[in-house]
Amino acid sequence: MSWITALRRRPAAGYAVVLLGLVTIGMGYAALTTQGSPASAATPGTVSPQTIAQGKELFSVTCASCHGVDAQGTSQAPSLVGVGAAAVDFQVSTGRMPAKELAPEFDRKPVTFTTEQIHSIAAYIASLGGGPAIPSAAEVSTSGADLALGQSLFITDCAQCHNFDGAGGALTFGKFAPALTASTNTQIFEAMLTGPEAMPVFPDSTITPAQKRDVIAYITRIRAEPNPGGFSLGRLGPVTEGIVGFLGGIGVLVFLAMWITMKRRES
Amino acid sequence: MSETQPGHGLPAEGDGGRSRAPHRVIGTPPPAQARTLLGEGPGSAEPEAPRELPAGPDNPAKARTAERVIAACFIASMLASVGFVAAYVGLEVHSLDATLRSNLALGLSMSVAFMAMGAGATIWVRTIMPNVEQVEERHPLAATGEERQAFAKTFKEGAEASGFLQRPLLRRTLIAASVPLAAAPLVVLRDLGPLPGTSLRHTVWRKGLRMVVYGPNTPLRAADFSIPGQMITVVPEGYAENQDVLAKATTIIIKFAPGQLVPNTPGRRGTVMNWTVDNIVAYSKICTHVGCPVALYEETTHHILCPCHQSTFDATNGAQVIFGPAPRPLPQLPIGTDSQGYLIATSDYHVPVGPTFWELGADGFRGGNE
Repeated sequence: MSWITALRRRPAAGYAVVLLGLVTIGMGYAALTTQGSPASAATPGTVSPQTIAQGKELFSVTCASCHGVDAQGTSQAPSLVGVGAAAVDFQVSTGRMPAKELAPEFDRKPVTFTTEQIHSIAAYIASLGGGPAIPSAAEVSTSGADLALGQSLFITDCAQCHNFDGAGGALTFGKFAPALTASTNTQIFEAMLTGPEAMPVFPDSTITPAQKRDVIAYITRIRAEPNPGGFSLGRLGPVTEGIVGFLGGIGVLVFLAMWITMKRRES
Repeated sequence: MSETQPGHGLPAEGDGGRSRAPHRVIGTPPPAQARTLLGEGPGSAEPEAPRELPAGPDNPAKARTAERVIAACFIASMLASVGFVAAYVGLEVHSLDATLRSNLALGLSMSVAFMAMGAGATIWVRTIMPNVEQVEERHPLAATGEERQAFAKTFKEGAEASGFLQRPLLRRTLIAASVPLAAAPLVVLRDLGPLPGTSLRHTVWRKGLRMVVYGPNTPLRAADFSIPGQMITVVPEGYAENQDVLAKATTIIIKFAPGQLVPNTPGRRGTVMNWTVDNIVAYSKICTHVGCPVALYEETTHHILCPCHQSTFDATNGAQVIFGPAPRPLPQLPIGTDSQGYLIATSDYHVPVGPTFWELGADGFRGGNE
């Protein structure tokens, strides 16, 4: 172990340790803030008996084990009767369903089905009775939307969980509000309409479709906001900015203090 | 330059450090036989004595290189300072972007100016100045008895000569002039008031005042708020632009399925059912801890969370605190519907909303109308 002692006594050893610490923190942070890939956009299709039959078949294969053969729900998963096509489209097009395992919160992951398959499952669930339909492309278009009203609604009723910038945040017992950075207009619309998982419902009677489009316009607009200083730091606000400022600033000061007080070697 | 006589006067290596750098109190005259730091005085003809500090650096070649580096640092600092002045004078700040640019230029140039000067000074110390440890010894700070007596005498003589003691008119008018000056801050501090009075105990909610959805400011029918799991922020109609009012009156309403709400019964706190409309319940959005907006509503667990300190309230159960620092439940607002079916308040909050304060009293901790 003498080589360790020799390394430790090298003049650069102190700098190397500090540098290693900073790099470890930086890489750990980067790993924690990596975002998932965006999911494909979904568009509603026409509903025919064949579509419903195809959807029922897909449902039997991939969904029925938890949700029951007639989507009536089991001890593991809720009933899907009456949830509507929009809820199915949201859950499956974001990759949350089919779930790999029971978890406090199902996170966005690569999508299993094609848009057509998703719509056929949605049509089958909708055929079981009621629930909101998948919005059309025109219904989620943000052209001419009122950004200011969208911001007002988002800040009042969304930002507490999803963060002022749509970066998401923690809830209780392992649940969390997901980031909205990869969501499509349709998915945001459907989430407000159906209230997936712990999210409350914001139906059209409370937040009108036009107001939903305003909220979507705000969420998609703030993604393009520049990051002062060049780094987003997860856009989590003062916590990450403070940690980076503190650790980075303290790191630089440690380097400087070591340099100023380092014992000179006699030449 | 002193580089011409490197190590002049230094004893040979191995002689021991102490003999070449004897202890001396900084600020006192050096021993008679030692040379001063600033060279020999005129007419000094005493024989060469051992120096306290070496006249030049240990390594002259290295010192010459370092000298150029230090000079470069100082010149960089100078240019950065000039750049700071130029940026301050030259860059306009009439728009947000221009202000950001100006701030960046000012901050960068000023930090370079200070950093380069500090780096130059540190390199100077580390490479050119001699590497000798010196000890600065403490000495007593108290003045001598003679000095103290002399001061007391001067003070006494001065007091007599000024006439402060013999001329009461001057003395009293000076004191009279000082008193109102000391009282002036009290008058200024008074304007920090007035005291809040009963304003902490009331909001603008009153019988018949409609609730409007904050943002679009549209009233809401109970029939439009019919899906269990719905939650929305509402404010009193007509006050949506009044931030002073909203700071206390902002309310969240939540719709539950029949049977989910836990009623308030004697001996057990819960939701006051006759303050609800068709399983719609209204709670203050202002946390009872320090007043953050509580609207993290988990529809699956019926928990309302405060984002600031994680106080958690059970929305089915009269917003009783189940976790966190909040000392009392979120106040419940009595609501009803008007003749057109719109949601209205049927009175003000029965307990003060917002942060719990010292004078709140036991009544403020009531969960409902018990």
